[in-house]
Amino acid sequence: MAQHTFRVNGETVTVDVEDDVRLLWVLRDVLGITGPKYGCGINVCKACTSHVNGRAFNPCSVRVGDLGPDDEVTTIEGLADTVDDDLHPMQQAWVERDVAQCGYCQPGQIMAAVALVRAVREEGRTVTDDDLDTIRNICRCGTYTRIREAVKDGAERM
Amino acid sequence: MTTAHDHDADGTRTMRSTDGSPPGRGVSRRGFVGWVLAGSTLAVAADLTTGAQPAQAAVPTPPQVPELYDLGDLQTQSALPTSQLITITVDEDGLAHFAMPRMEVGQGITTAAAMIIAEELDMAVEDVRVTLAPARPELVFNQLTGGSNTMQSMFTPIRVAASVAKGRLLAAAATALGAQVSGLTTKAGVVTRTDGASVTYGELSAAAASDETVAVEVGLKARDGFDVLGTPRSRDDALAAVTGRKQFTMDLDVPDALPTMLCRPPTLNGSPRSLRNRAQVEAMPGVTDVAVVDTGVAVRAATFGQCIDAVRAMDVDWEGGPVDGEDDASILAELKRAEIPMVVPKVPLLATTLDLEVEFMFRSSAALEPNCAIADVRPDRATVWSGLKAPIVAQRDVAKAVGLPQSAVEVNVVTGGGSFGHKLFGDAAVEAAVVSKAMGKPVKLLWHRADEPRQGRLHPMATSRVRATTLAGQVLTYEQRHTSVVTDFGHGLGERLTALAAELPANLGGLTLSQSIFTLTQETPYDYGVVTQLLSEVDTRFNTGSMRNIYSPDVAVARELMTDLLARRVRKDPYRFRKEFVRNEKVRRCLDTVAEVGGWGRSLPDGVTQGIAVHAEYKGATAVLVELDTRPETVGRRIRNAVTGPRVTKAVIAVDAGFVVNPRGLEAQMMGGVADGIALALTSSCHLEDGHFLEASWDNYFYTRQWNTPPEFECVVMDSDDELPGGAGEAGVAASVSAVACAYARATGTVPTRFPINHDGPLAFEPKSFVPSVPASPVNGLDLTS
Repeated sequence: MAQHTFRVNGETVTVDVEDDVRLLWVLRDVLGITGPKYGCGINVCKACTSHVNGRAFNPCSVRVGDLGPDDEVTTIEGLADTVDDDLHPMQQAWVERDVAQCGYCQPGQIMAAVALVRAVREEGRTVTDDDLDTIRNICRCGTYTRIREAVKDGAERM
Repeated sequence: MTTAHDHDADGTRTMRSTDGSPPGRGVSRRGFVGWVLAGSTLAVAADLTTGAQPAQAAVPTPPQVPELYDLGDLQTQSALPTSQLITITVDEDGLAHFAMPRMEVGQGITTAAAMIIAEELDMAVEDVRVTLAPARPELVFNQLTGGSNTMQSMFTPIRVAASVAKGRLLAAAATALGAQVSGLTTKAGVVTRTDGASVTYGELSAAAASDETVAVEVGLKARDGFDVLGTPRSRDDALAAVTGRKQFTMDLDVPDALPTMLCRPPTLNGSPRSLRNRAQVEAMPGVTDVAVVDTGVAVRAATFGQCIDAVRAMDVDWEGGPVDGEDDASILAELKRAEIPMVVPKVPLLATTLDLEVEFMFRSSAALEPNCAIADVRPDRATVWSGLKAPIVAQRDVAKAVGLPQSAVEVNVVTGGGSFGHKLFGDAAVEAAVVSKAMGKPVKLLWHRADEPRQGRLHPMATSRVRATTLAGQVLTYEQRHTSVVTDFGHGLGERLTALAAELPANLGGLTLSQSIFTLTQETPYDYGVVTQLLSEVDTRFNTGSMRNIYSPDVAVARELMTDLLARRVRKDPYRFRKEFVRNEKVRRCLDTVAEVGGWGRSLPDGVTQGIAVHAEYKGATAVLVELDTRPETVGRRIRNAVTGPRVTKAVIAVDAGFVVNPRGLEAQMMGGVADGIALALTSSCHLEDGHFLEASWDNYFYTRQWNTPPEFECVVMDSDDELPGGAGEAGVAASVSAVACAYARATGTVPTRFPINHDGPLAFEPKSFVPSVPASPVNGLDLTS
């Protein structure tokens, strides 16, 4: 066992766990942060998508030992705290368009959408249909069309 | 609801009949009986069987059983012998509570139930709290969520109970306010006297309570008085879902229930003889327990990551499975041998015969939330938490598996992360209980994703043969022979049918369970002369189940492809041919709607082709129009670890689902049905090779992804005169897959005979290892940020 210190949703945390345990399980099984979901464990389904230092990543594929004390992890639980409101604009768009069905994939979808909008904006553009086609997050309920509409809507509010 | 062709604020379209179509299914205007239950605050109840009368006293003989008596009627009628109560309470804060004996898996039934209660009780939907009831064995066969039946079976009982509550509250208010009931009005949970004096439901809750249980007769609101029902409403858990607060089974914090996973056999349904390196595995970081059980070798650890590592380290001596050495071709050959011959009735010599045989590969019904359950088995009792659509059956199976009486097993139903038929079975609950008993500790058991397509429930491989004869523009005969690997209905529906045997339509006599379900669901919605549809099933070695819409997607694909062949034979346009032959007014209206809204026959670039198809089931109808882009630049799109291929660029679906409780929820179900249909037609299947399925990931099993999603989608919710809701959860699939199949056939000029169409191409992925049974977790996640 070893101690690992990093930041989650604005707070510094220290956990006692082996270096190679993937961050998803440190979040879920050790810290009780269950917004990031397990859907594959191999960085395919993207249900665990969260942010590290503001960029999208999949904690199922990161060893906790690879994080440093300054690394800031944001999960869906901490997304709203990155803006001055009860909900992040992307979450607001999701609620207003009633995107979710079972909801299992939606934390990951929202985190991926926020990162996509930021990345596209860094390129000085707005989100296109081709950009939406690159989202890999699975939704087995098939809410894809509402996700596409909500990403565009959320982007305008961001 | 709005008038014809208006758009609601949310884009949902509603249409009103303007053609004087026949009156819809109605409810009797008589009073209903409900109960006020003894208690200190108001509690009311209605019999879950209320309103569940057989559709017809006498069911005529063939050809079209589902037109008069379908699977929904069976499920609704099967409520009759149970005579059990559903209960609504109104507490002192003015909140109504209802523990629904059904399961929410994303289909929106808790939202719909809250709307029904709010409507009848004149209160805010937000003040109604709907939870999922634990297993209630006294409900016998009446706690099964399936067959798109929840709204059909629950609509009237919930209304009756709510109406009883309102009556009691009004009576109590009359006393409190010193007024006649007739001088009181109710709105938003407040009773108001003509002069404005008022009292809230919360304040009345105790006074409205009864110290004894009494039966009362009540009436129900007339449809034209509805304010809530029929209006679009967002899900009750929408906020929880987007903030990460919505809890699924794996998110529950049950003390000492540590992560647990199984090392599973390299062949389908194999079993472990022994674990050769137990000491090594037990010494691994985080590991607390190891147990060999029938389905594999279980490990319990501090984190699931350490479970995965331990599973990968296991050296297990395996017993081969029952399908060792089998593959797609050998199972298909077995199906062909089991096909029931065609017996075309005598037709004139000059009639033309058309034949079509279509093959459907195995498909996985797995949801994104994998099989999972929490179990705490003690010597004298057991507690289980899981997403279960048939919790009473799971309770029975858990009890049997761990050697306890059923009454000693508590089964808690947790909101599920999707189902698609997968959660009809308590596989994970039973396995978790067995492992908990073996380890003597609580466990939180999760299937690895790789286990799902390889060992989980599947939609069975099937063939569907159709022979039709036509003469002088008429279709004289239509015969369909569906042959399938056995579909497992061991989740309670069988018990329902058995219990009802004496009351079923006469022409079901002598059929097997699966044949009965086939007969109760399959309706050819066309005037095709003499119609026969028969099912035969073989081979019980696979783990199968009722994947969303059971037989219908496959049966419909064969029927709709044949319908296009018939149209071509008589030189008619596929839409006009259907319009001419369709025998059901609901179907015709849906068909006309998609043709109009979708622009049937409009000019399209070369390589973009339309397809159109219909389906009738669950007392309703659907029609779908798609446009399929088969141009090289589309088909040849390259996306990492993906199947691209032809793309549906536009989908329009029209649905008549009877009275619609929540049009927004219905539209969501249709969108999901279209996504399923696209995958079933084009991309999603499991390959059986050498006794095991190759797929082990969402990048192997190609369910629809964003790059397969139609950029244009429209759902038209047809207005209906029906007083009762039909089924919605599965209704969108069959016509969708069929429309895509028809478009593909028209685009290529060749009718595909195997689905999905990419099944036979070069395997689009590198199969993952079978030993170890799960893939390693990557470590490069920080290199792949975006």
